[in-house]
Amino acid sequence: MKAPLIKSFGFSRTLLAATTALGLFAANAQAADDTIKVGVLHSLSGTMAISETTLKDTVLMMIDEQNKKGGVLGKKLEAVVVDPASNWPLFAEKAAELLEKDKVSVVFGCWTSVSRKSVLPVFEKDNGLLFYPVQYEGEESSKNVFYTGAAPNQQAIPAVDYLMKDLKVKRWVLEGTDYVYPRTTNKILEAYLKAKGVAASDILINYTPFGFSDWQSEVSKIKAFGSAGKKTAVVSTINGDANVPFYKELGNEKISAEDIPVVAFSVGEEELSGVDTKPLLGHLAAWNYFESIKSPANSEFIKTWHTFIKNDKRTTNDPMEATYIGFNLWVKAVKKAGTTDTTKVIATLPGLETANLTGGSAKVLPNHHITKPVYIGEIRDDGQFDIVWQTKAEVAGDAWSDYLPGSKDLEADWVTLKCGNYNTKTKKCVGQTN
Amino acid sequence: MSKPLTSQPRRTRGWTVLFAGAAAALALLLGGLPAHADDAASATETEAVSAPAAADLAGILAAFAAADFSTKDQLISQLATLHDPRARPILQALLDGHLETRSSDGKVFIVEEYGDALKLTDPLTSTAAGDGKPDDFERIRSNNALRKTLKVAIAQLELADTDPAVRIAAVKQMRRDIDDSTVASLRAAFGSEQNPKVKHEIAVALALADLAATDVDARLAAVNALDGEAATDVYNALMPLLGDADGKGIETDPKVRAAVIAAVHHINLWRGFYQVLDTLFFGLSLGSVLVLSSIGLAITFGVMGVINMAHGELMMLGAYTAYVVQQLMPNHIGLSIAVAIPAAFLVSGLAGVAIERSIVRFLYGRPLETLLATFGLSLILQQLVRSIFSPLNRSVTTPEWMSGLWQINDLFSLTYNRLYIVIFTLLVFGALLLVMNRTSLGLKVRAVAQNRSMAKAMGVRTERIDALTFGLGSGIAGIAGVALSQLTNVGPNLGQSYIIDSFMVVVFGGVGNLWGTLISGMSLGIINKLLEPYAGAVFAKILVLVFLILFIQRRPKGLFPQKGRAAEGH
Repeated sequence: MKAPLIKSFGFSRTLLAATTALGLFAANAQAADDTIKVGVLHSLSGTMAISETTLKDTVLMMIDEQNKKGGVLGKKLEAVVVDPASNWPLFAEKAAELLEKDKVSVVFGCWTSVSRKSVLPVFEKDNGLLFYPVQYEGEESSKNVFYTGAAPNQQAIPAVDYLMKDLKVKRWVLEGTDYVYPRTTNKILEAYLKAKGVAASDILINYTPFGFSDWQSEVSKIKAFGSAGKKTAVVSTINGDANVPFYKELGNEKISAEDIPVVAFSVGEEELSGVDTKPLLGHLAAWNYFESIKSPANSEFIKTWHTFIKNDKRTTNDPMEATYIGFNLWVKAVKKAGTTDTTKVIATLPGLETANLTGGSAKVLPNHHITKPVYIGEIRDDGQFDIVWQTKAEVAGDAWSDYLPGSKDLEADWVTLKCGNYNTKTKKCVGQTN
Repeated sequence: MSKPLTSQPRRTRGWTVLFAGAAAALALLLGGLPAHADDAASATETEAVSAPAAADLAGILAAFAAADFSTKDQLISQLATLHDPRARPILQALLDGHLETRSSDGKVFIVEEYGDALKLTDPLTSTAAGDGKPDDFERIRSNNALRKTLKVAIAQLELADTDPAVRIAAVKQMRRDIDDSTVASLRAAFGSEQNPKVKHEIAVALALADLAATDVDARLAAVNALDGEAATDVYNALMPLLGDADGKGIETDPKVRAAVIAAVHHINLWRGFYQVLDTLFFGLSLGSVLVLSSIGLAITFGVMGVINMAHGELMMLGAYTAYVVQQLMPNHIGLSIAVAIPAAFLVSGLAGVAIERSIVRFLYGRPLETLLATFGLSLILQQLVRSIFSPLNRSVTTPEWMSGLWQINDLFSLTYNRLYIVIFTLLVFGALLLVMNRTSLGLKVRAVAQNRSMAKAMGVRTERIDALTFGLGSGIAGIAGVALSQLTNVGPNLGQSYIIDSFMVVVFGGVGNLWGTLISGMSLGIINKLLEPYAGAVFAKILVLVFLILFIQRRPKGLFPQKGRAAEGH
């Protein structure tokens, strides 16, 4: 009974009086069970288990910490963990299970863009609330999703700016794994570089399959491309496993970071923890968080993590910080709204602010993205990063890139426009509305 | 914001601010060392060394401990100008990450990892200073900019080395980044250099510097001197003279321009030639990986007819064996690979025998059930290593002799790991061929494969031979795993990424034919690498698969089909 009632509350604003009563009823019904259910939708088996298991543990740790402080609204939080097993259709099924059967108040989950795209219709249909903690290609804004990872303008664009201005890079290799995130990011970067006056002949775009390991020809291509008298850099959106053989090949062919630096968007502390870092020394990564950044909040977070996971050697990384921020924002919103009702929490979230781990703050924007600082780090021999550059202030996440022809005119604003893809030229909202 | 951020170079700020800050920091640091404070401080300002070298060396070393990157940069320049023979090992240690400070007293040592301990060397006296625990020491870190400075500084010192090879390497290093100071030291070295080869390299470096001369004749002479050189840095220096999209740096003098065009044309000819050789080698090396990973399958699938979907996981077991062996002998990385090969053969071979005895033997003649059972098994094995070793990839360190490059000339080089794997594949193939054709086991294996009941009638214990054959194929998969651990990730998914390729090679080569496997693996590798530069890695793979489908339709039995009654009797 409860779910359809809440749904009607979310969708019809004409029956205001009636729905208030229903809302009260819902609140009472929830009070009957004395916990607030929190869904965790991360793969615990299959290829993505490497990365996603850590995020599951992070959410559990945050719930643990929150419960130690007395929970939220006087209730303890209870985690509902499901395993979508790196299987994209299964993500949708498990999301429906969390929302319809377990009736969770919020879900933290997904890593790959495919999995997010797969659960999106479910969250929109059931009026769920998803916090998505990974850097992604943008070009999306759903009413039911909050994106706490970086949009391209919070990672890729600043990294390219750094290479262009500080390292005087004139020639660009955009090297990526063949799937949606690298393809979209590279499209944005190509448009951006061309807008900055880089000739088409100075841009080389390459894609390789998932788990690619025979990098000889690709690397020698990069080497040849890089020996044309202009400073060359590689912007890498190579995903996961393929990175290690890539850097190994670079090392074997004696391409050092001083000659052709590689800036990666998917290589972090966690990925480096199982790797011989010698060939990677000095190459770059762009993130919104690094474990090596010293701040009281970060030391505290690392300490809590080590205690929780019972292993001092485990690293922290950027998506973990994004999970941390997302969780804290949700707690804040629930406290402020005084309810876990998703419609009210979603309406409360924009404008809220919470401290991030590196000393600044993350503010929820009307487009359901957040503000984030951008750091560039050089890989050290111990698998950590030395920060060589950072943005002066936090950068506001942009859902629709300003450099792609189709998305230039689109705007996401769930506060005033109440639309995720409002076309500023035609003044029309396409797709999901409030 | 936070401490390390402000103490590191923020390139967004002006260089002047940064420089002033660094100088101030240096002065402060050295101020804490009363004995040499004045000398060192004056050294920063005038870049001249007036005090005794020893005092400065000690002072500079002590300052390293707490210096930030920009300060370190200046300290390195100072070290390099000391003309002190002890400076070079210190700089080299810093570049290699072997320069560490003792936390208790801030003293700097050159360290060498020795098992769990550190062997200390006092950089001032160049004598051993006992052992230490790694936890008591903090490494002096470097970053890209610093490593560049270090390399140039070391190269300047190495110009005076007695070994001509070291001098050549030094000149080549300096050529990468020519500025006034390197040109000055190169000119000085050119006069005193006796070795013709080194002299030639220096001449090239000076010609590169002269490319920027204002005098047309000097430029023309430089270009003519460079004609016939094929090194990358020469190409790098000549190309911009021909101009680019933004039209800067174009050589305007027609004579010089023509000379540049001729020189670049020569280099391009050589580059094209070596590119073909490169591609062939890439193809061979990819081919050897394919052969290595499929040759075990050529036995289990080809000879026995068992579709073993867990073949990839047997390779994974081999790779994990390499990892475990390396963990057991951390001080002998090179030797561990040699030990890992027989160990992996045993581990995977025994696992293979166990699989055959417990699962496969009940399913002979039922390929679909075998496929499903072994597929299930592959998932079990994957989850098993996930539980034991965690889902994270493990790193197997590549021994020194397997990493790096065999630079044959300026344009052609082979990476050692690929070269060794080509050789290794051929060795394994040869050994397997011997076993199959020259031993009693091989004879029995072939006999059972050709006619089981006849072999049985002749007194061959076919069940035992089945188990051994499966074990042999699996053991070779294990060996392949050791080789793969040097090329790619050791993780639970290692096997999955090779299983399809392995079946592809065996089917293409002709089921049941070892030579067919060798030739098909090598040709698929070469075809793939020939296509890759034009079609891209993704599309090249698709094209190869399409080619295979068409080929199998024309010749269902592969390149080298087995002939005779036995092969057709199935």
